[in-house]
Amino acid sequence: MSIAGWLQIILVLALVVVAAVPLGGYIVRVLAGEHNLLSPVLAPVERGFYRAAGVDERKEHGWLAYTMAMLIFSLFHLLVLYAMQRLQNYLPLDPKGFDPVAPDLAFNTSMSFVTNTNWQNYAGETTLTHFVQMLGLTVHNFLSPAVGLAMAVALARAFIRSEARTIGNFWVDMTRATLYVMLPLAVIVAVALVVLGVPQTLLGSVEATTLEGAKQVISLGPIASQEAIKELGTNGGGFLNANSAHPFENPNAWSNMLEIWALLVIPVATIFAFGRMVGDARQGLSLLWTMAIVLIVGIVAIYAAESYGNPILTALGVDPSLGNFEGKEVRFGQAMTALFATATTGTSTGAVNAMHDSLTPLGGLVPMFNMLLGCITPGGVGSGLYGIIVVALLSVFVAGLMVGRTPEYLGKKIEAREMKFVMFALLIYAVNVLGFAAASAIAPFVVGDSGYLGNKGPHGLSEIIYAFASTNGNNGSAFAGLNGNNLWFNTTLAFAMFLGRFGYVVPVLALAGSLAAKKKVAPSAGTFPTTGPHFVGLLLGVIIILYLLQYFPALALGPVVEHFLMLNGKSF
Amino acid sequence: MSTKMQALSLFDGAILGRAAGDAVRKLDPRQLARNPVIFVTEIVSLVVTILFVRDLVTGSDVAFFTGQIAAWLWFTVLFANFAEAVAEGRGKAQADTLRRMRSDTMAKRLVDPHTRQYQSVNALDLRIGDVVLVEAGDLIPSDGEVIEGIASINESAITGESAPVIRESGGDRSAVTGGTTVLSDWVKVKITAAPGSTFLDRMIALVEGAERKKTPNEIALSILLSGLTLIFLIVCVTLWCLAGYSGTTLTVTVLIALLVCLIPTTIGGLLSAIGIAGMDRLIRFNVVATSGRAVEAAGDVDTLLLDKTGTITFGNRMASELIPVPGITERQLAETALFASLADETPEGRSIVAYARSKYGLSEQNQTSEGMSFVPFSAHTRMSGVDLGRRTIRKGAVDAILRFAGVAMNGAPAPFRQAVDRIARTGGTPLAVAEDGKLLGLVHLKDTVKPDIRDRFAALRAMGIKTVMVTGDNPVTAAAIASEAGVDDFIAEATPEDKLAYIRKEQQGGRLIAMCGDGTNDAPALAQADVGVAMQTGTQAAREAGNMVDLDSNPTKLIEIVEIGKQLLMTRGSLTTFSIANDVAKYFAIIPALFIVTYPELGALNIMKLASPQSAILSAVIFNALIIIALIPLALKGVAYRPIGAAALLRRNILVYGVGGIIVPFIGIKALDIVVSALHLA
Amino acid sequence: MVQHFRPAIVLIVLMTLLTGVLYPFAITGFANVVFPHRAGGSMILRDGNVIGSALIGQNFTSDKYFHGRPSATNTPDPNDPTKNVDAPYNAANSGASNYGATSQALIDRVKADVESWHKAGIAGPIPADAVTTSASGLDPDISPANALLQVARVAKARNLPEDKVRAVVTAAIEGRALGVIGEPRVNVLELNLALDALPAT
Repeated sequence: MSIAGWLQIILVLALVVVAAVPLGGYIVRVLAGEHNLLSPVLAPVERGFYRAAGVDERKEHGWLAYTMAMLIFSLFHLLVLYAMQRLQNYLPLDPKGFDPVAPDLAFNTSMSFVTNTNWQNYAGETTLTHFVQMLGLTVHNFLSPAVGLAMAVALARAFIRSEARTIGNFWVDMTRATLYVMLPLAVIVAVALVVLGVPQTLLGSVEATTLEGAKQVISLGPIASQEAIKELGTNGGGFLNANSAHPFENPNAWSNMLEIWALLVIPVATIFAFGRMVGDARQGLSLLWTMAIVLIVGIVAIYAAESYGNPILTALGVDPSLGNFEGKEVRFGQAMTALFATATTGTSTGAVNAMHDSLTPLGGLVPMFNMLLGCITPGGVGSGLYGIIVVALLSVFVAGLMVGRTPEYLGKKIEAREMKFVMFALLIYAVNVLGFAAASAIAPFVVGDSGYLGNKGPHGLSEIIYAFASTNGNNGSAFAGLNGNNLWFNTTLAFAMFLGRFGYVVPVLALAGSLAAKKKVAPSAGTFPTTGPHFVGLLLGVIIILYLLQYFPALALGPVVEHFLMLNGKSF
Repeated sequence: MSTKMQALSLFDGAILGRAAGDAVRKLDPRQLARNPVIFVTEIVSLVVTILFVRDLVTGSDVAFFTGQIAAWLWFTVLFANFAEAVAEGRGKAQADTLRRMRSDTMAKRLVDPHTRQYQSVNALDLRIGDVVLVEAGDLIPSDGEVIEGIASINESAITGESAPVIRESGGDRSAVTGGTTVLSDWVKVKITAAPGSTFLDRMIALVEGAERKKTPNEIALSILLSGLTLIFLIVCVTLWCLAGYSGTTLTVTVLIALLVCLIPTTIGGLLSAIGIAGMDRLIRFNVVATSGRAVEAAGDVDTLLLDKTGTITFGNRMASELIPVPGITERQLAETALFASLADETPEGRSIVAYARSKYGLSEQNQTSEGMSFVPFSAHTRMSGVDLGRRTIRKGAVDAILRFAGVAMNGAPAPFRQAVDRIARTGGTPLAVAEDGKLLGLVHLKDTVKPDIRDRFAALRAMGIKTVMVTGDNPVTAAAIASEAGVDDFIAEATPEDKLAYIRKEQQGGRLIAMCGDGTNDAPALAQADVGVAMQTGTQAAREAGNMVDLDSNPTKLIEIVEIGKQLLMTRGSLTTFSIANDVAKYFAIIPALFIVTYPELGALNIMKLASPQSAILSAVIFNALIIIALIPLALKGVAYRPIGAAALLRRNILVYGVGGIIVPFIGIKALDIVVSALHLA
Repeated sequence: MVQHFRPAIVLIVLMTLLTGVLYPFAITGFANVVFPHRAGGSMILRDGNVIGSALIGQNFTSDKYFHGRPSATNTPDPNDPTKNVDAPYNAANSGASNYGATSQALIDRVKADVESWHKAGIAGPIPADAVTTSASGLDPDISPANALLQVARVAKARNLPEDKVRAVVTAAIEGRALGVIGEPRVNVLELNLALDALPAT
């Protein structure tokens, strides 16, 4: 660990906060339909879209209609992407002449992008045409976070309304989130990335003759435009297989900082937006501090674990001063790798600038735990906010009773109905991660010698747990030694992504409906305080204890035991 | 309830005995199904018992271990049942006392309400609308309304208060309760309750817990606990697979041991006991809640509507100050006022006597003189006094005394006029004193605020509860008393409609209101309020409208009722937190033990240095069972409530039950491990 | 439910046109007009031929060039397309070893690499980047320590004084911008180009 490393980490985090505060205010105005900086340009487009789609922007939805609209939109968009992949050989923009994508892989990929996961069982440069990358994946990269933001705002509305029947208009929320939030930011970041050296071309590849005279085929494409929205939308699906570790996706320290900034800024801004929406900035701040503390502890843990290096390799005569360097790039170093790995899994991005599979056991434990929390520190676009609110409701319910009142959060009483939805959402996670992981862990075709695991021993189990933690949390990063492109994983991971997104948000939207319908209770000195260090401490306690309790056995058999084995020089 | 309910100690021998029996009876799965956590525990106990039998038959060397686990799992269930049975047992003992009074009474049903001709029928055969005659010495057969007559009644059976009360037709004192006794005279009572649903019946059902329905908050908490149970079930089932990957075959016994340690058996086992104990605390406080929901709502109350008279003030005007006119000493005035009041038996008069005696030490002798003739108060003169030989002493309304003294108001001395103004402005009553046509000064009569009430309101404010004084006084008077008592708001010149409107307004603003009332005209407000406490002395209408009845008819009790409600919720929350926090230590005990063969390296997690894997698991299971027993007293007594504000309470309880909940089992399990290994149990 | 079909379909189409066509093409057009070199992948031309990208590492094996890091990229086996064969620095298929910390394969590979460095006469601990594969398999950079250890070999192969080569290396070291941003590193392709550009002795 070095001072320069820490300074870089602090600098990026500071820049995120500096930008997120005004962006949060902007998000509030935009989603309320107020006039803003971009209205002169975008308002006519917006109105045109509504007219063409037959949407009455003043008509709001109840929670059920909102949910149905969201589900139908997502389903249709899933089908579009599936069809594109299956028919890509008939579609234009195919400079390399790829075959159609196999059905199971196409299903997995479609589910992956519609759920904002961007788990990739394909290698971009060897599988997908530019058409699919641009009109398929890039569009999903815009719309899936916009859908997430819409749902988060719908839930936030439930807290500010009293005895309301509606929570917003899905079409309007989604359109505004795309037009005013995702698109302008993507343009700015894409241009910046080009300036920093990220390619943006319609060429498929260039053939070079190296200094030693060998042929080197260098894959290319419209990378910058997809890279920008990949980070901003907390998507994470790389244009190229190595993702943000690839020099074309992430050529230098500056682009690396920009990408980390981009993947954090909207989730953080959304929390500020929440504070503004509920009329008390401190409410947002307490959530943000909770997220920040988990994030920062994670950064410290990875940075320390990776800098310490792998004692087995040190014993072989490797200089440990660079730390554990397998699967890392020289230009990023340990500090910015630690920050990237924590940020990408604290959000639901899943882009990587180093191979998480090659992290030390404790270094790998951090991203895994971030994802087991459901990616809520600070979470994906939108999904971070509704994810942390679910946790906050749970915390308030358990501990809120301790002040002798029916628990309430932001003036809404938390009663049986709300607890039902909260527990349902939590159960989905547990079943999803542990259920699929357990089934995979005993399937001989997965764990056998010619199975799908890239590593043996506890690390192989870690690969399985990581895969389902990632897909369930809609993250998309991987312990990539796991071979996911087979019928079993294409299918199970797709279902994990589906349940992790839609199985979770349906109860969340039902929660929004139920909360909106409640009368807002006036706060008093007897009200459970949901701001300040005690609430932050409480949230942290619940997050750590509740999730650790669920996943402690699995983690003990994966990274934890691997750590002790590594220290004892055991290998597999 | 002629035996005082408070007399029952926390652990009465008879109750414990009966509870132990009930704990076994409660093993019936149909009953246990209401409590998912304990139900699951029972099922897995059964499974381990079957495994134990198998191990015995096959002569397996783990039979002793399996047997012990099975035994402790059963104990876990029994302890949970026992907790509930103890809580219920206290209620049952009270119900028995009540039931004895309900022994079949004969009623004198009037054939024609206008005559006194009756036929004897069994009280249980009375229908609503029947009219009965109750004479001195009779037990009132059922709840009803006095439609004719007046009688003194002993209600100690219900209230524990032996002083007789008067019940008469019309007005706010017309309700009578079945099971009480007429002491003198007679009344005709129109029956208002169907058999089996009288006040007494409801009280019996209530204290027995027979009609106990889960309260809203209890349901929400049950959902949380069921959810956690399911989650941990998934954790344990999947652990078998994950362990299989690592080449470890976990036995069903240890997985079940882990499951039972993880699911929230502590709070699951104590949950219903906490609820019953909360109701019980209220009943021992002589308040009967018609539902558990009302008790919970009491904890949430934001605004208390309190009648001024009797709650905030003593309700009668008392002398509090003497203000002589210039040239007269206070002592002279005191003496004169004392004479003027010696024969005055009104509360005001007596208070003047008491005040003069205590403040100025005037003794008996110089008060009793011969030739004293008392001049009583009359509405015409609006003054009273005494003629003492040639001395004529008068006290009374200021204008009347001035007339008596032959002075015009603006002719009175300036200090006198100022004092009159000041007293009127602060809600007091100025009483002028004159002797032989000479104005001596003023007695300040005021409605005295109860001495400790200000502190109590301050405590309520710290809890976040706003107090509102309801009074018929004019706004000026009301404001003065309000500021003296330290209430947050007041409704002056209050009509029942004003009260109702105020409650609605507060509720619109998202606040919960509690109030108490006794008159029929209070009924709408009582019904509208979230917590309406009717006085036992009140009318039947008021008692029907409220959701609690205060048997002592003491309106100050609202404050305690709120505290009991809060205590109930706090106890649930604290034990839930404690229960969940406990799991951390259990993991550290069990996980290394499960995998010690495959991964001896995981021994690094055995931070408690437990003796052996089997001892670790057994100790965790034993701890899990014993902690239920250990916490029964807390569940029944409730977590102490302190009015220190939510933030401070939270800090305190998180420290005690959250952090404590993490630490305690580490110590407990380690201690048990030492015992278990010393006894060679594992 | 059916009332949601029209907005769903129409908005998917419109959004695809906006974010899937207009957005990337606008960025592409802009980039190729204003930053054609970078938009095209920062290709390096020598004598009119593309010799590689400044951003992408190459597989140097000759002693007279500085070597990059080990690379784990592969390519489908020409004889059996279901299998992969090693193909270091395959810029058409980026990828990593994905070996975990307790992987025997990792340990064997590192052991062999460390031994070959030792055989080449380098004593003491080997810089970690010299014996570990990168995340992309295309890492263009090595650590300054790694470069400096190779000076002797390259100088010998090129018949150059070590000081001269070391001077080239030192000049090629990129430090942290503003003393903070980035990591000290050497771009291998640019270093080797600089070597080739040295006037012959």
